[in-house]
Amino acid sequence: MIAIKTVGLRKVFKTGIAKKNEVLKGLDLEIEQGETFGYLGPNGAGKTTTLKLLLGLIYPTSGSAFILGESTRNVRVKNLIGFLPEQPYFYTYLTAWEFLDFYSQLFDILGKFRKKRIEELLSLVGLKGKCEKLQLRKFSKGMLQRLGIAQALINDPQVIFLDEPFSGLDPIGRKEIRDIIFKLKDSGKTIFFCSHILSDVELICDRVGILVDGQLRALGKIEDLVDTSLNSAEIAFYGLKEGSKQEIRNFCTQMVDHSDKTLAIFNDRESVDRAVKIITDGKGSLISLTPVRQTLEDIFLKEVITEKQIS
Amino acid sequence: MLKIRAIFINTFREAIRDKILYNLLIFALLIIGCSILLGTLTIGEQQKIIKDMGLASISIFGTLIAVFIGIGLVYKEIDRKTIYNIFSKPVHRYQFIIGKYLGLILTLFVNVLIMAVVFLSIVYFMDGVVGFSLIQAIFLIFLELMLITAVALLFSTFTTPTLSAIFTLAIYVIGHLSGDLKVFGAKAEQVWVRYVTQFLYYVIPNLENFNIKGLVVYNLSLPDHFFLFSFLYGILYICIVLFFSIFIFERRNFK
Ligand SMILES: Nc1ncnc2c1ncn2[C@@H]1O[C@H](COP(=O)(O)OP(=O)(O)OP(=O)(O)O)[C@@H](O)[C@H]1O
Ligand SMILES: [Mg+2]
Repeated sequence: MIAIKTVGLRKVFKTGIAKKNEVLKGLDLEIEQGETFGYLGPNGAGKTTTLKLLLGLIYPTSGSAFILGESTRNVRVKNLIGFLPEQPYFYTYLTAWEFLDFYSQLFDILGKFRKKRIEELLSLVGLKGKCEKLQLRKFSKGMLQRLGIAQALINDPQVIFLDEPFSGLDPIGRKEIRDIIFKLKDSGKTIFFCSHILSDVELICDRVGILVDGQLRALGKIEDLVDTSLNSAEIAFYGLKEGSKQEIRNFCTQMVDHSDKTLAIFNDRESVDRAVKIITDGKGSLISLTPVRQTLEDIFLKEVITEKQIS
Repeated sequence: MLKIRAIFINTFREAIRDKILYNLLIFALLIIGCSILLGTLTIGEQQKIIKDMGLASISIFGTLIAVFIGIGLVYKEIDRKTIYNIFSKPVHRYQFIIGKYLGLILTLFVNVLIMAVVFLSIVYFMDGVVGFSLIQAIFLIFLELMLITAVALLFSTFTTPTLSAIFTLAIYVIGHLSGDLKVFGAKAEQVWVRYVTQFLYYVIPNLENFNIKGLVVYNLSLPDHFFLFSFLYGILYICIVLFFSIFIFERRNFK
């Protein structure tokens, strides 16, 4: 079943009397149930706007969106979804417990179930214990982010939207949030998350979409988008005679000498093999062979830069 | 129902944890207290001054609380984006408006109650009795405050807090002058002035319907059905204003 679907979703903001800003330019997207989807894009691409449209916080100028087959205009679908906003916004005068209790009441969860659910959530995000009775104004950024995630999971949602879940977290916090996401993924939830942190996306997501200036520029599995085959490599070596070095220089793309070491870059597999053979035959020593793989970052930069050149 | 109740309780909780509220309340109580002092300076008129000042303080400070707390609480939800969390849950926008409104009304009720208890005790000590008409007067003031709160809520669904406060206070003032407005309009030479005053007279609530201070202070009796009419007028007006607030809020995009 399709978890999230948008059809020609457009949003134009009025920014002045006669000025308009088309932030989302006809988005068509389909995300299967159980998928973990990474929604990438530079600042101002329209990621948060897409989420707000999906959640019915703003209304589309044209087009429509569906979650688990139901129009997002229908308030009922929100029983099935969870949302972590970009910077989680909190009532600073509440305690963690009161905060979660408040949101669970918005799902009509009855008192006796609420208590159990809140306890589960607090321990899931690692806040159980001392800070339940602390007012949120005294929470650190990482604690707030965790509480934000707990808040998004109150109703045991099928589809979870996370807007930059890693922002403002230290490496440990990031790992912990990542583990929570993995847990959710294992339990079959559909996860839609916006991020700039490509290494996290690469690790977590089944599929990514790259949004640039309100348009989807790339969409697919990471391994389809990124050419992961070994097609270029760097070799470092030393102790090779000048003749053999010259031989390598003829087919490598670049060669740099660095004191007694030499670094050579190759563009295809055969050249790598040939160079390794020359080095070993010529009694040189191989220091390292580093494959240079294309990363999500390269794809990302390429899409963003081509877009800039067009405009 | 649980949803409206949750928003209602949360609004009340936020309001009573707000310092502005206490400052306003303490100030109001001080002024009500001062009426004793002023009263003793003017021999013979004592009771009248105490009643007059007491009722006026309840009305004015109640209005200030309604305007500043009412507008502030809605604006804060939007400005601090806590509203994103609320509407990403299965909450209808009308449920939010009604929950907020009820929370504000409860806040006002508690405040008016405190002011009224202090005021009526003072009257009781000075007079030995508390007339029923005084309680009626306070009830009508409370109804007026409920109306003002609805108006403040309406403005804060679509404009900035400063403008909302100015508009609401303007309506409070014009609403009390609306009788004069009609008289003034009828006498006006220019046609457009007549139309404008007539328009204002019919659109802006006639808050004098809730003002029986003069009658109470001078121990005059209420005209027949005045109380019932005012009550129905207030409730109807509040419903219409809330309806418009919901209508606007349903269509709003949250930035
Ligand atoms: N309410 C609004 N009125 C006018 N313009 C808006 C509004 N909301 C967003 N925009 C504009 O829409 C564009 C996209 O904003 P959006 O918040 O969706 O970006 P984003 O992809 O989430 O960026 P970031 O990575 O910085 O969070 C921006 O140029 C922003 O200025
Ligand atoms: Mg964003």
